[in-house]
Amino acid sequence: MCLSVPAKVLEIHGEMAKVSLGGIEYEASLQIVEDIQVGDYVLLHTGYAIQKLSEEEAMETLKLFEELKELNKQIEEEEKDERGRTD
Amino acid sequence: MSMKYIDEYRDKEIVQHLIQRIQSISSREIRLMEVCGGHTMAIQKFGIPSLLPKNIHLLSGPGCPVCVTSRGYIDQAIAYSRLDDIIIASFGDLIRVPGSSSTLEKEKARGADIRIVYSSLDALDMARKNLQKKVVFLGIGFETTAPGSAATIQTAWKENLENFLLFSAHKIMPPAMEALIDEGVKIDGYIAPGHVSTITGHEIYLDFPEKFGIACVISGFEPVDLLQSVYMLVRQVEANDPKVEIQYKRAVKLKGNEKAKDIMHEVFELRDDWWRGLGVLTESGLAVREKYMNFDSEKVLNVTVESLREDKGCICGEILKGLKNPKDCKLFAKTCNPSDPVGACMVSSEGACHAYYKYNRNF
Ligand code: SF4
Repeated sequence: MCLSVPAKVLEIHGEMAKVSLGGIEYEASLQIVEDIQVGDYVLLHTGYAIQKLSEEEAMETLKLFEELKELNKQIEEEEKDERGRTD
Repeated sequence: MSMKYIDEYRDKEIVQHLIQRIQSISSREIRLMEVCGGHTMAIQKFGIPSLLPKNIHLLSGPGCPVCVTSRGYIDQAIAYSRLDDIIIASFGDLIRVPGSSSTLEKEKARGADIRIVYSSLDALDMARKNLQKKVVFLGIGFETTAPGSAATIQTAWKENLENFLLFSAHKIMPPAMEALIDEGVKIDGYIAPGHVSTITGHEIYLDFPEKFGIACVISGFEPVDLLQSVYMLVRQVEANDPKVEIQYKRAVKLKGNEKAKDIMHEVFELRDDWWRGLGVLTESGLAVREKYMNFDSEKVLNVTVESLREDKGCICGEILKGLKNPKDCKLFAKTCNPSDPVGACMVSSEGACHAYYKYNRNF
């Protein structure tokens, strides 16, 4: 029951919204969140939207992984170099 | 489902890179604890422990709301269910948790009106449709769930719907995290609960690095989230630089969800509360404030509750403290399994015993 899942807001009627969760539609309350618009993604938890998901932050995090990949590559190359020298 | 929220966070290649990073910076023995049932489940489901170097140990903490709910609470809910003109509205898992001599599920089979709901809003609807009865919603859960219950009470208050009652077992997470340290459980870092933090923000964890030198990373729930959080924790520990960091930035703002926090504080106040495995923790539970007492089952309903009877052989308590592993329990997978649970940790899919049973076939 602790699970919260990302859902897309399809329609807003006052404090209630229609959201889509993997293609299935649910009713969700917007009572405890602010500034939600149609098209936003929200975290849905026991019938309540509890937070808007930030697209920029999601992208930022994914960008970090690109940097990690670079770092790994660099380290591998350095190791190769070192091995080359000691051989 | 949109790529940017799920798929990429399960990307095998990114997973490989993260594991490689963790291996390259990790030098010492380190114990990390997750305190969220959702994390417990995800960690077992994605087989995270087997991906990590041997010196990194993952422990499960007291983060499954069903599991930490006291036997006394179940007994009281059962007593409510035996009153006339009562409907009990409960999350599914809870009805199977053993009380002292029965479960809500057994009471239901005997004719009590006990209904499963997914949300406090369903219970509210039930109250609107059954004005001649009282609907008691069994409110369990941490900071993630409590604001919803609070909002539901506010709605009932506005609508004057006095046949809606909340029986609150809502709790807050930090006192339990601190209690473990007081008990001497050795933890180097907390994988802090992502969805609790969605509401609370990072503030509630600041004491852990400052007072106890424990690293904290607020984590998401996908494999990539969890591995990145482990990486960040290992980095903090290796550098002897404990602090609170947020990995789950797409859902957790520094200050959390202010509106939800306001609603929660408007309706609830702190009280001492009983946790399975941890006992009574000071100011760890949420009680309905006097203003809303007409919606508080503890104020409105009068019941005598049978005296507590403890389980024999179940070591849920030790497991919730991270001191023991489900495998250490003699009953595990023998007398105790998901279809016939002895303890609460086997009932909930977020419980350590249940998650371990489901995803570790090779025990
Ligand atoms: S396996 Fe069952 S009896 Fe043993 S600790 Fe877990 S829930 Fe309790």
